[in-house]
Amino acid sequence: MQTKFSPAQLADPHIETANGILRACVHCGFCTATCPSYVLLGDELDSPRGRIYLIKDMLENERPASAKLVKHVDRCLSCLSCMTTCPSGVHYMHLVDHARTRIAETYVRPWPERLLRALLAVVLPRPSLFRLALVGARLARPFKGLFPGRLKGLVAMAPASVPGPSALDRPQVFPAQGVPQRRVALLTGCAQRVLRPAINEATVRLLTRLGCEVVVAEGVGCCAALVHHMGREAETDAQVKANIAAFERVMEGGALDAIVVNASGCGTMVKDYGHVLRTEVAWAERARRVAALARDVSEVLVELDLGTLVTPDKPGIDGEPPVVAYHSACSLRHGQKITKEPKRLLADAGFEVREPAEAHLCCGSAGTYNLLQPELASALGARKADRLAATGAQVIATGNIGCLAQMTGAVGIPVVHTVELLDWAMGGPRPPELG
Amino acid sequence: MRMPEPDAAVLARRGDIIEQLRAIVPGEGVIVDEDELRAYECDGLTAYRQLPMVVVLPETTEQISRVLRYCHETGVKIVPRGAGTSLSGGALPVADAITLGLGKFKRILEIDYENRSAVVQPGVTNLAITEAVEHQGFYYAPDPSSQIACTIGGNVAENSGGVHSLKYGLTTNNVLGVEVVLMTGEVLRLGGKHLDSGGYDLLGVITGSEGLLGVITEVTVRILQKPETARAFLIGFPSNESAGDCVAAIIAAGIIPAGVEMMDKPAIHAVEDFVHAGYPRDVEALLIVELDGPEAEVADLIARVQAIAEETGAVTIRISQSEDERLVFWAGRKAAFPAVGRISPDYYCMDGTIPRRALATVLKRMAAMSSHYSLRVANVFHAGDGNLHPLVLYDANEPGELERAEAFGADILKLCVEVGGVLTGEHGVGVEKRDLMGVMFTEDDLKHQQRLKCAFDPDGLLNPGKVYPTLHRCAELGRLHVSGGQTRFPDLPRF
Ligand SMILES: Cc1cc2nc3c(=O)[nH]c(=O)nc-3n(C[C@H](O)[C@H](O)[C@H](O)COP(=O)(O)OP(=O)(O)OC[C@H]3O[C@@H](n4cnc5c(N)ncnc54)[C@H](O)[C@@H]3O)c2cc1C
Ligand code: SF4
Ligand code: SF4
Repeated sequence: MQTKFSPAQLADPHIETANGILRACVHCGFCTATCPSYVLLGDELDSPRGRIYLIKDMLENERPASAKLVKHVDRCLSCLSCMTTCPSGVHYMHLVDHARTRIAETYVRPWPERLLRALLAVVLPRPSLFRLALVGARLARPFKGLFPGRLKGLVAMAPASVPGPSALDRPQVFPAQGVPQRRVALLTGCAQRVLRPAINEATVRLLTRLGCEVVVAEGVGCCAALVHHMGREAETDAQVKANIAAFERVMEGGALDAIVVNASGCGTMVKDYGHVLRTEVAWAERARRVAALARDVSEVLVELDLGTLVTPDKPGIDGEPPVVAYHSACSLRHGQKITKEPKRLLADAGFEVREPAEAHLCCGSAGTYNLLQPELASALGARKADRLAATGAQVIATGNIGCLAQMTGAVGIPVVHTVELLDWAMGGPRPPELG
Repeated sequence: MRMPEPDAAVLARRGDIIEQLRAIVPGEGVIVDEDELRAYECDGLTAYRQLPMVVVLPETTEQISRVLRYCHETGVKIVPRGAGTSLSGGALPVADAITLGLGKFKRILEIDYENRSAVVQPGVTNLAITEAVEHQGFYYAPDPSSQIACTIGGNVAENSGGVHSLKYGLTTNNVLGVEVVLMTGEVLRLGGKHLDSGGYDLLGVITGSEGLLGVITEVTVRILQKPETARAFLIGFPSNESAGDCVAAIIAAGIIPAGVEMMDKPAIHAVEDFVHAGYPRDVEALLIVELDGPEAEVADLIARVQAIAEETGAVTIRISQSEDERLVFWAGRKAAFPAVGRISPDYYCMDGTIPRRALATVLKRMAAMSSHYSLRVANVFHAGDGNLHPLVLYDANEPGELERAEAFGADILKLCVEVGGVLTGEHGVGVEKRDLMGVMFTEDDLKHQQRLKCAFDPDGLLNPGKVYPTLHRCAELGRLHVSGGQTRFPDLPRF
């Protein structure tokens, strides 16, 4: 596509990157059809091609973000379905990330919106604060009518019970069982370990059983995706750098084979660290190195021989092999292009795996999207719930905490993380959600 | 390419027009801000761009009918738009016109397996129809490469075809009925679930009318049972000529493959980088030949096609071993145009049809033109029915390249007509081939075609500036529209 940047504009590395992305777009429109917001709204402005145009216009003319542009970019889930569809290799993710930074710099949101965003940016990445907030929200639930606007939604969304902190959250090393085969670091995440500590626990049991030494590193916090998707550049850079430094300290104690991520939203982010810090000479190479080590837990597991460990009397629900609907998180499917591994692992572990129709469409969770765009998020959630229910499965497995939280309660079928089922098949506890 | 001069009087009424539209379509369905209109400034043909005066996104047929009636009564032009994937600029906005988007018409209304038909709204994508019926073993046959995104309304308007049209026909052979809103706001239903209706074939008139006669608001399509088996060949050749010979020999042997597609080397490489379909990179031309039908018949045809391929000099021959593999073979072909976006920032996709025997000559002359214009060309086409899609590669950021690409494209189309072919196979005339219509039709032919247009839209309000190089006043063509002693719109633009 034609662009109109001046040489002076192109001297800015961000604009140069954006220009490269825009020029790859041939305006074929293929991406519109698989974009959840376009599917719901039918307005090209809420499609990837439309957003690309809006962003191009803003960047070329060096205009501050307009209210209209912000509206349409805010409706983007960053599900990256458009990147899977685009035959021309347009890197929409980097373009929209840059647009979000521009929005944060040049657009003043109405104050309730600003407050909500600031609140989320502070609370969600900090497990102790988040836990406190959830407990508070649960207590506040009877009074939710008193809360204004979207805070009401937040309060309503708090789970019925908030698990306590897990012993696993502290920095420590879990030795491999048997002959050590790999040394990996586990990103324990932020929101996930508050909402469902069982996921990290199952991951550690699985990995150590398969011969991995698992390090929970000191100083590793939120992956920074939360603030990154809100365009908060300074906070993003700070969190990313802290994580890089922390992983480097682990590597000083011995080489790492992988940084295992079991929340795919975080995985997509960590894999992109190299891009985030590409313009900072002191950090670019270090960021690339850490990013190159990041692997989704399913990628690591398929390389380890799981088959031998599956217990002979495979798990069952009422004596039958459980039927699992695999819900592929967008960050795994589109962000990391991992589609087959989790299904294969589940099938190898003895589950009957089904996939819902419209598997490529986002469930509406999308990080903080369900909090910031509740209407679209719940429309997508309901649509996904219908498709999942139609599979006739007894349990839903997914690889991302956001989807797990979004789908829990919406379908009427228990929702668990893929590793929880795998761990169960290999002698771990039966996920309590299965009753 | 020139578009009609905008009517200053209409532009001056913009505020009022917006207000009237808002009264018909509430909420976010009326788009007026410049930065938002920008996203609607072109379709799949990015060389031509124009901001629409307003965009309106109605949700019901009734709203469309009221919008059209309002436009009819007050002389406002209107451009229908589906998914905006047209490659001929059919959905290109007009400065003093409303762009009417059908993106909200996404519902599948009825699936009737007994009558092998489905009733859908016009904004449903081509692929979504197949997806809705495939669990029962059915599909919708015409499959444009853009099927993931293009709408059935757009398909009817362009009479689109696909790789399987060789055997199963174009859109026109697979549409049973439509509901269409005329410029007056009148809602007309044509056809139904049956094959033929009494009277003139108005359904045939609407199909391929490029948004010039009415707005399609519902489509009844025929769905087919999936063939028992389908296998696809990948056949590589050392030259375009030998690939062309192979196609001719297959057809001459009385075999009707489900599809025969050809790609030349630049296209093969661009596609292989994206899809990794396993296309051979060291051949000059690649054929994808699909055979379908009952198991035994397909087995027999495979042997015959293989023999023909060997005789005509194929250097690589592969046959799909599984359904997944067959789909991967096609995935490459379907993504071919945009995949070319990887080797060139812009492309100009041509769409001419030639008699199959002229293939080698045309390709050779095209190669000569390519060096004359110093522009690369990648070729992807429906070889079975002689429908060429040369992609002229250019860089819109380089001054002069677009103009060279346009001239190159025009030369290609003239060449198609010269060897006995036609200007378009399936992408429509739009604005792209409008000024070349004279190469193919005489003034008389064009006048006759426009008389039909006059019968539906005497004031020339629907999708103006498209298809016809000169807009004749309907009065001139012998059908008088005089009000108050004056022809209507005496200042109607001519261009
Ligand atoms: C990469 C690529 C590959 C393609 N491959 C093919 C191919 O293989 N075969 C093929 O035939 N085409 C192909 N096309 C062209 C294009 O996809 C088709 O012409 C398609 O039918 C257009 O549908 P649309 O919904 O995008 O319509 P639009 O582009 O929005 O509109 C096309 C025309 O139809 C009119 N129109 C749209 N909807 C309506 C309606 N409801 N009522 C009245 N008029 C309407 C518009 O006014 C316009 O004139 C390709 C395009 C691209 C970008
Ligand atoms: S990331 Fe998802 S929501 Fe955003 S434009 Fe792409 S497909 Fe649409
Ligand atoms: S699919 Fe890719 S090239 Fe086509 S419009 Fe979307 S982003 Fe652009």
